[in-house]
Amino acid sequence: MIPLRVLALSLWVLMTSVSGAIAADLMLTLTNLTNGTYFTPLLVTAHDDSADLFEPGTTASDELAAMAEGGNIDGLLGLVGGIDADTIGNPAGGLLAPGDTISFTMTTSPDRPLLSVVAMLLPTNDGFVGLDSFELPTAAGTYQVDLLAYDAGSEANDERITGGGAPGVSGIPADPGENGGVSGTGVTTEESNPTVHIHRGVLGDGQAVGGISDLDHTVHRWLNPVARLTIDVP
Amino acid sequence: MTAMMHRVRRFWWLGAALVALTACGGGGGDADTDARRTFTLQLTNLTANQPFGPVAVVLHPPPDALWLPGESASEALEVLAESGDPQPLLDAADSRTDVVRAFGGSGVISPGSSETFTFTLTGDELSADRPLAVTLATMLVNTNDAFAGASGEALPDLGIGERRIWYLPAYDAGTEANSETAATIPGPAAGGEGFAAGRDDQDRIAIHPGVISAQDGLADSVLDGSHRWDNPVLALELTRTE
Repeated sequence: MIPLRVLALSLWVLMTSVSGAIAADLMLTLTNLTNGTYFTPLLVTAHDDSADLFEPGTTASDELAAMAEGGNIDGLLGLVGGIDADTIGNPAGGLLAPGDTISFTMTTSPDRPLLSVVAMLLPTNDGFVGLDSFELPTAAGTYQVDLLAYDAGSEANDERITGGGAPGVSGIPADPGENGGVSGTGVTTEESNPTVHIHRGVLGDGQAVGGISDLDHTVHRWLNPVARLTIDVP
Repeated sequence: MTAMMHRVRRFWWLGAALVALTACGGGGGDADTDARRTFTLQLTNLTANQPFGPVAVVLHPPPDALWLPGESASEALEVLAESGDPQPLLDAADSRTDVVRAFGGSGVISPGSSETFTFTLTGDELSADRPLAVTLATMLVNTNDAFAGASGEALPDLGIGERRIWYLPAYDAGTEANSETAATIPGPAAGGEGFAAGRDDQDRIAIHPGVISAQDGLADSVLDGSHRWDNPVLALELTRTE
């Protein structure tokens, strides 16, 4: 009798632990799908619906602008309470190059069921790859979600590589792939939509020196999606 | 070819086994409604002026797709993406023992046109332990090496009459530089060269950045604005009919 009861108890414990009522370890895999655009350090965080890293159609926070213009995720990390079990900062240990894939795990809890992801697109003025409050699956399985390119709306897309990565400073910090040009006159000096929006893409040109853009139209253009995220729920 | 014959033989054997079961009077009940499922798979070209080459469609157990974004293209995919010919990719599928079905398209799918395949799954092909995924590829022929496709999309568990639609993007095989010159584009916009051995591009599969065209400042391009696209370029509609 006693062994049976023990067995029943262990079965109950086992069933409780797989029911999803407690923390779950997720395996996340993210691939940069672009032709020639790097991702600066990624911020991946699970949260509830009381806050967002970003919201299309609203003005970017200073912290979001710092990420989108210069790749700095420190401010956003501060907003979400720092790195912990369900906030991952810089999993690639730096840049995620075009075509590269990074895998990492995170432990989520039912009270933070939404997933958001951001990283600056380099070289751009204030473009970023984003996932906005994606509802995390709880049933076991493999899930795939494609990520889009957003424009923070905080800086004019002049497409000039000037080293300007600090918030409020015009220009693009760098092109890690070293395909950029110099001395472009600038595509524009204005940002026509100052809220977060879907990025219109870059124009670029075919001139390494001069022209309107320091970006190369055969290298730096993209179409959505710019990243693919796979979520494995055990 | 051997593999294809092997699959046909196995299919025949399964059919014989099902007939035998029915003959024994073991039929009836819910299990039978799931013993045989028929689907239509419709592909629609959503582009303005990018005819699709003959498509290669492969059903297989996940996750082993025939191509993956971020990875180097196989030579079979390179041939499809540069010339439009799906045969090497279909042959590669046929050589895999785990592939359940491989279909080749009947010809070019023009912008705005569709092609539909019908297939029936039976027996262990429907095992819950072995769900199926679809991998497909078809060239955007007015490009150097762009293709539309799906890489191991899991097939959902559909009821009769239910359907699932995927809206799929265009990828760059990364095997040929996107010069857009007349000599290198095989489609009707140019009539240039198809497959060329050797790789002078990134050698990895990415989402295609789109063509630039002469009208948008690429001086040597044979393409014009009509050849540009935005994603998605291909609608894939799976319907269970039986």
